[in-house]
Amino acid sequence: MNTLFDKIWDAHVVQHVDGGPDQLYIDRLYCHEVTSPQAFDGLRARGLRCLRPEKIFCMPDHNTPTEHQDRPIEDPVSKKQVDALVANAAEFGLTHYGMNEPDNGIIHVVGPEKALSLPGMTIVCGDSHTSTHGAVGAVAFGIGTSEVEMVMASQCILQQKPKSMRIRIEGELGKGVTAKDVALFLMSRLTTSGATGYFVEYAGSAVRSLSMEGRLTLCNLSIEMGARGGFIAPDETTFAYLKGREYAPKGEAWEQAVERWKQLRSDDDAVFDREVVYDAAEIPPMITYGTNPGMGTAVCGHVPTLDEIPVEGQPSFCKALKYMDFQPGDALVGKSVDYVFLGACTNGRIEDFRAFASVVKGRKKAPGVVAWLVPGSQAVRRQIEAEGLDLVLREAGFEIRQPGCSACLAMNPDKVPAGKYCVSTSNRNFEGRQGPGSRTLLASPLTAAAAAVTGVITDPRDFLV
Amino acid sequence: MKQKFDIIESTCVPLPLENVDTDQIIPARFLKATTREESFFGENLFRDWRYHPDGTPKRDFVLNDPRYGGEILVAGRNFGSGSSREHAAWAIAGYGFKVVISSFFADIHKNNELNNFVLPVVVTPEFLAELFATIAADPQAKVRVDVPNQTVTNLSTGRSETFELNPYKKYCLMHALDDIDFLMLQKDKIEAWEARCSK
Ligand code: SF4
Repeated sequence: MNTLFDKIWDAHVVQHVDGGPDQLYIDRLYCHEVTSPQAFDGLRARGLRCLRPEKIFCMPDHNTPTEHQDRPIEDPVSKKQVDALVANAAEFGLTHYGMNEPDNGIIHVVGPEKALSLPGMTIVCGDSHTSTHGAVGAVAFGIGTSEVEMVMASQCILQQKPKSMRIRIEGELGKGVTAKDVALFLMSRLTTSGATGYFVEYAGSAVRSLSMEGRLTLCNLSIEMGARGGFIAPDETTFAYLKGREYAPKGEAWEQAVERWKQLRSDDDAVFDREVVYDAAEIPPMITYGTNPGMGTAVCGHVPTLDEIPVEGQPSFCKALKYMDFQPGDALVGKSVDYVFLGACTNGRIEDFRAFASVVKGRKKAPGVVAWLVPGSQAVRRQIEAEGLDLVLREAGFEIRQPGCSACLAMNPDKVPAGKYCVSTSNRNFEGRQGPGSRTLLASPLTAAAAAVTGVITDPRDFLV
Repeated sequence: MKQKFDIIESTCVPLPLENVDTDQIIPARFLKATTREESFFGENLFRDWRYHPDGTPKRDFVLNDPRYGGEILVAGRNFGSGSSREHAAWAIAGYGFKVVISSFFADIHKNNELNNFVLPVVVTPEFLAELFATIAADPQAKVRVDVPNQTVTNLSTGRSETFELNPYKKYCLMHALDDIDFLMLQKDKIEAWEARCSK
């Protein structure tokens, strides 16, 4: 009667520390340039090396510009962080995929794409969106810098075991409804703290029907509900996605691995600390109107009126609307849009570019809209070109940029100016997240594309046959 | 700073305010550093309460009051609320505090203190109120924190209480071990796990 979470977690417990946390073995540590320098410093101060350097993979993504990656980075603070990672990886003997190299990209896009993230693994990174890797059937979660140092030194982490929650979505998703809409819907129902203290297993027929890309999007957003992480039990979709990828087992080892991975499921009588079920047919294309990802509604809907908000939530609701310059009850369709961002570890994968291209094909970018189309990795960029999507997009007036986190958190030069509206496929719409004063509307690639060709918020279903 | 905890006897620095949040302990603009030098964070502990924007000290803030000093900070309830930044604990440790006494600590901050060799001691509101009164009457009043026995004593009045401490963390504090030291001592167990489970 164990949950899959219990099974993976328990299998990695090296020991229960007396009167303390579990010592958990970590199969994979990812490092990016922002949260790792102090951890490397810590190792140096203690005279330690990495215990298992072959299990640690590094790449810069937050600070990388999305143009002219062949040239040195102009911003000195960004350059310093990116250079520090190069030097640290070399000193500690870690694999490093440098900026502008063929394997570089956002760490949460590259990990699954190279099959560095595999079913049944424990995976950590000093980054809250590490939850993304849960889509392959792994226990993956974000950690702090001291903990990064801990894993580097010992390949283990001391951690209290979180509680388990299952979210089931049953039935068939409607036309134009993507994994992103499912996640935005869940957050609008459960709020941004609804899963705090839990590890989430996503299940149900609608989740099963999602592609691997869709599953990565869904798990990516687990953290925005407060969860430590979220995952999906591996199945044929998972195996088909991973097969043949660089770090996936090969030949006989592959067959054996698949047999093992097939056992990775919650027992029928497993007991979860919390369980919720939703009907897939209830979920529309979604968009956010406020300043946290839980403030979302149907694209064809309206900003809530004051009486729809509980009294204790009204002050922050009003503050958010003031920031966004929206009125309670406003219809969302038809509101003007200045920027469109397609990318991030949420929606920077090939399927997202296919979706975007399917809407803009044969149409033109609206004049006045600035669009940033940023692949999640070099591999995604190559695939876009291989499929000729770049031609379709160029024909419609769009350019593909170079990979990185980009306008998701605007640590690089891609910043949305103050007061401007950006329909963004990223995961956070906090005040100033995409640049000081920027106004973010989170949505799916389909909804972003519909806004990009009309210049206003548009229900993507209008464009689908 | 990593150090062995046993019995600490010290004068106190009183901060009788509630809900002191981590933004006050160390303002966000100090998070850009790429190193974790405690002295740097210690110098900027309570930066905006302690200094005017031009860098001159604010006379009326307790850290600038020569009557008070010591290794123990005594603060009002809900100390360390707000952001989870570990930098707040680095600042408290960097300034030289070994113990923070309060009637309630924010969860994450409490852990961050423990991980950085600052002992958060939770006392009853009555103990705290009396302690503030004692220090106000006599800035040289001392408190004794006995880690092995988990007791805290106001030496002026003799009032004493026991406090909670997770056995694992107690072991770490008393042996000057942090989580990484602890893990480094577990190498056999790590290798045994690898031999058994990973392939
Ligand atoms: S794309 Fe955004 S959310 Fe993802 S890792 Fe980069 S900054 Fe974080």
